[in-house]
Amino acid sequence: MRQRIQIPMPVRYLINGALVVLLFLLGQFLIANNIISSYFQKILLQVGIYIIAAVSLNVATGYLGQLPLGHAGFMAVGGYTAGIFMKSIPLTGLPAFVLAIILAGIVAGIFGVIIGIPALRLKGDYLAIITLGFGEIIRVVLLNIDSVLGFKFTGGAAGLMGIPKYTSFPVVFICVAVTCLFIHTMMKSRHGRAILAIRENEIAAEACGIHTTYYKTMAFVASAFFAGVSGALFASYLGLLVPGDFGFMKSIEILVMVVLGGMGSMLGSVLAATVLTIVPFALQSISQTVADYRMVIYSVLLIIVMIFKPSGLLGTYDFSLTRIIEGLINRAGIHDGVARKGEKSK
Amino acid sequence: MLLLSQIINGLQLGSIYALVALGYSMVYGIIMLLNFAHGDIIMVGGYVAMLTIAAGVHPLLAVVLAILACMALGVVIDKVAYAPLRSSPRISLLITAIGVSFLLENLAQNIWGANARPFPNSAIIQGSALHIGDVQIGITAIVTIVVSVLSMVVLTFLVQKTKRGKAMRAVSEDMGTAQLMGINVNNTITFTFAVGSALAGIGSILYCCTYPQVSPTMGSMLGLKAFVAAVLGGIGSIPGAMIGGFAIGMAEVLVRAVGLSDWTDGVVFAILIVVLLFRPTGLMGRPMTEKV
Repeated sequence: MRQRIQIPMPVRYLINGALVVLLFLLGQFLIANNIISSYFQKILLQVGIYIIAAVSLNVATGYLGQLPLGHAGFMAVGGYTAGIFMKSIPLTGLPAFVLAIILAGIVAGIFGVIIGIPALRLKGDYLAIITLGFGEIIRVVLLNIDSVLGFKFTGGAAGLMGIPKYTSFPVVFICVAVTCLFIHTMMKSRHGRAILAIRENEIAAEACGIHTTYYKTMAFVASAFFAGVSGALFASYLGLLVPGDFGFMKSIEILVMVVLGGMGSMLGSVLAATVLTIVPFALQSISQTVADYRMVIYSVLLIIVMIFKPSGLLGTYDFSLTRIIEGLINRAGIHDGVARKGEKSK
Repeated sequence: MLLLSQIINGLQLGSIYALVALGYSMVYGIIMLLNFAHGDIIMVGGYVAMLTIAAGVHPLLAVVLAILACMALGVVIDKVAYAPLRSSPRISLLITAIGVSFLLENLAQNIWGANARPFPNSAIIQGSALHIGDVQIGITAIVTIVVSVLSMVVLTFLVQKTKRGKAMRAVSEDMGTAQLMGINVNNTITFTFAVGSALAGIGSILYCCTYPQVSPTMGSMLGLKAFVAAVLGGIGSIPGAMIGGFAIGMAEVLVRAVGLSDWTDGVVFAILIVVLLFRPTGLMGRPMTEKV
């Protein structure tokens, strides 16, 4: 039988790159020609933001196997960093925004280290609660810090207003692409394997020489970094940030996306984030009563999925265009080989 | 004396937290699950009491109904959501608990509206304040503290001196061996949920009498703070939950007394983090060892 064809790495890069460029051009085309309404364009931006939030949470939940409940706190940190930065510096326009996004990610990442190092010493339920506690503390601090500092820093309960709105489809798309590329590459690397090993059995991983604290913190910080990026995009999309937006509820909303999509599946997180962001708007136009019960439906879905398919709808399925193409090529090839073998035996 | 009245306030709030923390501790001790839905059971209890009183039922009967409703809800949640996941990894169970909590809160919001509604506390607790010297102690405070202490005494008796209590202690120590000894584990777990939810029901009524309002999200903050109390005392330990409850209650009242009431929530969570970092098993908890 013929040997199984494997697509070489440079060609894989080309194929995946072509896919990304195609999607980008498709999006731009749809927007430029107003095939999708401006209302839907706004939804598309939100979809992108939540994709980044969900994919980043998936790193800590699906790949690392923990349950951090303070993800909204990192988004808040990133959003406020970006907002305050853009309002304070004299630079304007896209370069300022790019700088703000990177800064937001870094600051969120720093918070990830500060929170991660103590929190990751704990396991399971305790980690969930301590991250929840940190998320709430971030929210309370953002709310009250102005009275402590004496000047208007975060705007408190009224919110941080007047953030310049630079979020647009190209920016969001590039951020989504970079996020997915980075996380995918990280998980395929040695570091990613270490993280997965920790998920499977932490004690065995440590016994094999994996520095668990280092890798757990790395996963946590990566998760926090991209949460900060999504927060920055969110800030520039809304133009206004309120601490109340980033409470426990928001963390749960993103957790629902990750869990339903499949913990450990990036495609799952992307699809779930897309569907769960679009669904409320779609429901509103269909039936207002159903839309009001949306949260109830999510909760029931969450419970049902947990009971019947605890790993989530897509489980740990990892999407790979090149693998699909390989599969197609090989199926054609194998049929050839079998037919030839049949002839020879005659 | 300002200090005495603040101490009374702290004891009042603390006893409510202790009752709720007991529910958390008992469930965690037996199936290693942080029942996020516990706070929302409290919320349902409050609404049941309020609605039945508004429908004309005698207040004390309404209280009993509310407590029974809490017990029933706790048992139903266990049977429907947690029992199928007995052998699943803890993270699935935790996510399910979050799902149930979310479900209850949003269902309440849809059915009863998101706004806070007044609670007829004067119908339930009637009487005048007690005067000691020149300090006035409200009747609500007295009733709260007395009822809580009584409940805790009854619970301790239940757990230490009865056969069911012995079964609870056995199952929380080692589920497998308890089964081998002929204890019906599922029934014991159901019983634990019932008792824990009943305590939550009592706590709910007392809480609503102290802060006479019900709203769909009233349970979540109360539940979280009671959870902090349970962790502080040592989750899984009944005396620990009581101590933790009083400690958190006093801490919260003291923070408000010095004028930092905006930061109350932050302080409570900061206590949680400090406890988890330096003594994760709490003041009276038993250290968890993991066998490979």
